[in-house]
Parts: sequence; structure tokens; C-alpha cells
Amino acid sequence: MSTNSAAISPTINATSGDVTSKGRIKIVHIYPREMSIYGDLGNTRALASRLRWHGYEPEVHQHHPGNDFPTDAHLVLGGGGQDSGQARVEDDLAHNADVLRSLAADGTPMLMICGMYQLFGNAFITVEGERLPGIAILDVTTQGNAKRMVGPVVLETAFGDVVGYENHSGSTKLGPGQQPFGRVKSGMGNNGTDGMEGAVTGNVFGSYLHGPVLPANPSLADALIKLAVERALGEPFLPGRIDDELADQARTRQVRRLVG
Amino acid sequence: MAVAAGKVARAAARLRGGGSAMPGLVVERLDPRFLTHALANLPRGVVVVTGTNGKTTTTKMLVAILREHGLTVFTNPTGSNFTRGVISSMLAEIPLSGRLRADIAVLELDEAHALKFAAEVKPTHALLLNVARDQLDRFAEIDHTAKLLAELAEQTTTGVVLNIDDSFVARIASRVPDGVTVSYFGVDPSIADRLPELQEADVRFGDEFTPPRPTTADGLLLPHDERSFEVRFGPNGRVGPMVLKQRGLAAMINATAATSTAKALLAHEFREVDAVSALERVTPPFGRGEVIDADGQPLELVLVKNPAGFTVALGTYGSAPVTTMVAINDNYADGRDVSWLYDVSFESLRDKGVALTSGVRAYDMALRLKYDDVAVAEVEPDLEPALERFLTAYRDEPKRIFCTYTAMMTLRRDLAARYGLAKFGEDEA
Ligand SMILES: [Zn+2]
Repeated sequence: MSTNSAAISPTINATSGDVTSKGRIKIVHIYPREMSIYGDLGNTRALASRLRWHGYEPEVHQHHPGNDFPTDAHLVLGGGGQDSGQARVEDDLAHNADVLRSLAADGTPMLMICGMYQLFGNAFITVEGERLPGIAILDVTTQGNAKRMVGPVVLETAFGDVVGYENHSGSTKLGPGQQPFGRVKSGMGNNGTDGMEGAVTGNVFGSYLHGPVLPANPSLADALIKLAVERALGEPFLPGRIDDELADQARTRQVRRLVG
Repeated sequence: MAVAAGKVARAAARLRGGGSAMPGLVVERLDPRFLTHALANLPRGVVVVTGTNGKTTTTKMLVAILREHGLTVFTNPTGSNFTRGVISSMLAEIPLSGRLRADIAVLELDEAHALKFAAEVKPTHALLLNVARDQLDRFAEIDHTAKLLAELAEQTTTGVVLNIDDSFVARIASRVPDGVTVSYFGVDPSIADRLPELQEADVRFGDEFTPPRPTTADGLLLPHDERSFEVRFGPNGRVGPMVLKQRGLAAMINATAATSTAKALLAHEFREVDAVSALERVTPPFGRGEVIDADGQPLELVLVKNPAGFTVALGTYGSAPVTTMVAINDNYADGRDVSWLYDVSFESLRDKGVALTSGVRAYDMALRLKYDDVAVAEVEPDLEPALERFLTAYRDEPKRIFCTYTAMMTLRRDLAARYGLAKFGEDEA
């Protein structure tokens, strides 16, 4: 299947009457009902609003289990869920694994939080030792354990300090050569021992950070937007001017509280 | 021995102005069977009220109805809803024999502590209100919460009252042991379209579930307007019309739950007129829509702690927008994760905007509002100066503060000093 068509033929919505739009960007949120229990839909809201503020036209598509996966996605988002939520999406995720893998290989930016981060890895090994396979876009493996890792987090990342909130019982280990998303300055991160948090392969980002992570960390949000714009429109990202004072205050205050 | 030691600890805690659970801890250490002993053989049993939202208000209403019927009711009025808190509040009322002199106990317990309590004392009755996401960092999952409620129902010996409109709760009927009566409360089918005001548009899934048909034992809320309502029991039975001191649909459904439970408890002794007069006199509990006279203008304090609760609060007050402040802390008692603010829609605040955000997470709250296009005039993380500013800059306007638990404790203390209010826990009878 070709997943390139969207990048080659960007559609600017002529019927919207928005003559100033710099182009239409399609955001796909996968499993919003099952996998967004911790406010992760806030990431989608943040990206849609910021795209608009930058002068682009966001189109948000929600992908539910059993529906055809939109292969013209420019940006794919996923969040955390309960165990029952994960069970409900496993079949659909396996069914669409090839589409997601080829979108990822093709450079589509993706942000997968918590449960979806785990499912984007090689496998989740339950406490009982059962191996539940993931779709292996990220070379990470998660071991279930009884202890939950819960609390506020500060990371050092390529996008500066990133703040969020982790709440997971799985302990994730990176495969050899797998890049982390960030280094833990405060909190537990992937497993509470190696100081790493999340994983990055190409333009696919996995992380445990709720918060939701994007509103308070606009440099990360804009990095995803830049990748999506370049991919969708085949031209450089032309940022608008956004007042990020509230986000900067929210973030720097958390950093000061947690790491001084 | 245990009772005497606990009474001493209670007196000591009072002198220090200390926490309400400490004396309970003393008794629990000395006599782990204390609760069982004290609550054994209450002639009309032990009622547990639990669920995510509305416990405090509903418990207060149920107690008022029972007292209006002449019963002596033991309850845990300070909202310290852990077993130790229950013991602590008992110590004031218990003779040294250790047996409580009351007809019935009505206890508000959170989901996890309700089960711990049931391990000591089997409740005769349980009122299960609703299941919603609440402080996920503590309870982890809504499925888990639903499971806790089902386990409580399994341990109840006489009667269980369930929310017919909450599929998680109504489904528990199949888990109730044989011989235990099941009854329901809910909204009248004619206002089913207003259910979203009472439950967040959440992420629960519809496993096929058909709610049972209500019978004459089940109370259904039928509002006449925003203030007046009645509770229907079958085609001919009704309690009301009545008007509560507390505003909104959420308070009405709490009254419906309390009325249905009172009817289940009292059976033929239940008197409609007494239920109505009791409910109409109930004052809103601390922070649940409490109205303070602030320099001649009403100031409402509204506690918010989870998406369903905040959604309900915005729905309740949305029809009457006033000058608004939002105070968000992230201490343990508030829930340390503020992600849930993104699962609430704030659009109803858009027209009037928000005067101030405050609390430890004041900037996160302002940022959240920005994403719903709600203008925020000022951000002041420190609660005391924020309150001072709010009260002086908007002196001649009606005001409302939405706040998390510890933010409310601070604001309430400050307001009590300014306007001479009763202290927390010193509710008028
Ligand atoms: Zn999580």
C-alpha cells in the first residue's frame, strides 16, 4: 500500500473560506475512547489549536477500533488507558500494524503516551510471565510489575526541559541502540533505574508523560507540528507568533519545584 | 479500656486542634474489634453510602430524613470517611461500655475504605451512587472502582440501593446475594437527555446492558424547573414537590438517592411530608455549594475533585454565570495529577471569562482555559493575595470560586476569619 499519496497531494480545504490558511494538516488520534483516560486528548487539542494559531488548518480524525485506518494521516497521537481499554484495541492495532509501521518508516510524526507507548514496543510481559506482542515500531520491552510508578516528572530532552506526570506499572527497557526521549531529572522514567524516559525512533516519540504533555511543553508540540507540516505540504514550516507565557510559567514553576 | 484511651486521645487532639483520625488510631491499636463491637446490634442496622461523587451531600440528606422520622442516627459528619475517622467520631457519643446508643448508623465511606470497613462490620444496607474517574493516581482505574462497589454489595446483608442510570452501578444488581433486596434511584425517563449534566461524557464503554424497569420501590427524579422537583415512585407515589437550599440537578439527584434509601429503610413507616420538610432544611455541606455573605454579595465555594464533579458543577452554575475564580492545588488530598482538567469542557465560562486563577497550579489552569478560549484576567498562585484581590476588585458582584480540596481549606479559613463563619466540622444542626 502506498502511504505517500497524502504527502504528494496536500489538500487545502477550499470550502472553509479560510483564505489565509497555509495548508491543511490531518491529525489522527487513535483510540480516543479506550486510550485517553488521563487527559491525553489534551495533546490533540493543543496541536489543533497551535496549528490554527500558526495559520494552518487542522483536521482532527478519531480512529476507533474496527474502522479503516486513515492512511493520509500527517500526525498520529495515542494515549494511556486502563487494562480493559488496552484489551479492546489489541486486535485493531494488530490489524493496522503494517499501516502504522509504513507511516512511521515514511517519517510521519507520532506521539504515543503511556499505554500506547508500551503497545508500540516489542512486547509487554505480564507479571505472570505472559508475553503480549506490540507492533515493534520502538525497540522497547515492558515488564509488568506490581509497583506503580506515579508522580510528577522533569526530563532533559532535545526540546529543553519537559514536564509531565507519570502513572504506570510497567517497567520499560530500551533495546540496544534505541534512543530515549529524555533523561530523568526528577521522577522515575522508563523503569526507575537507568535514568531514561521514553523512546525516539525517527519521528516516532514514545513517553510515559501525561499532564497532558504538549500544552505545557510547546517546543515539543511545535517540533511535531514542523515535522507534520513539512511532510504534508512538502515545504518549510512557517510559524506564526504565539504568546506562550502561560505555558512557560507553568513549566518553569514545575521545574523549579522539582529540581530546584 | 480502649474507649477510655480513645476519649483521652480525642480530648488531647481537640486541645491541639489536631486531625480527626488520630484518636481513632489509638482505639484501633488497642482493640481492633472495636468497630464490630460498637456497631453490633444497632436495631436498624448500618448503612454505607459510597460512590465517587455526592457522598457527603447524600449522607447528610439521608440522615436528616431519618432524624425527621424520630430515629437516633449515628453518622460521620466531618467527612473524615476512613474507618479511623468513623471510630473517632464515635468516641464523642459512646458510653464506656463501648456500645453505641443509636437506632441506626449512616456512614459516608470512599470506595476503598468501604471495603475495609465491611471486613470489620457487614453493612445491612448500601447506597451506591456512581462511578467516575477520581484521582487516578490513587485509585488507578474506573474498572477497579466499579469492582470495589460490587464487592461491597456482595457483603451487604439486607438491602442495596443502586443508581439505575449508571451502567457500572446498575449492573451490580447481579452480584447482590439472594435474599438481599435491590432497589434503584435515577432520573425520570422524561429528562433522560439531562443525564450528561450528571455524568461526564467519559470513556466508559457500552457492554450491552439493559437497565431494569423501575418499580414502585424505585425513586425517579422529576424536576419541575431549576429549583423545584419531586421524586416519583411508580405512577401514583410521589415525594414533593420541594425546593432545596442547594442549587442544581446534582443536588436533586442526591436528594432522590437519599429519599429512595430512606423509603427502603423505613418501609411503611416512611412519611412523605417528613422527607420533604427534612430535605428542604438541609444546608449544603462545607464547600458543596456553600454560600458565604461577602460584603453583602453572595460568594459560592464549590469543591471540584474530578472530571465528573467539575462537569456537574459547571452545568449546575452555567445558567447563572458570575464573577469566577478557579484555585487548583496538587497536594495528595487534591490528587497530584492535574491532567484531568483536560477532560473537562470550560466553554460555559467563555462569555464572562475567569477573573483569577490561583493555587500551586494556577498557571496550568490558566493555560487549560486558554485552550478553551476562556479569557483569564489575572493569575496569582498565592491563595491569600488572590482571595484578597478577588474580594476587593469585584466587591459589588456575586462571586464563585471553584477549588480543589486543600485550596478550599486555605480559602475557607481565610473567609472564616474575615466574615466570622462556623469552622470546618462545626455544622449547625
Ligand atoms: Zn499512564
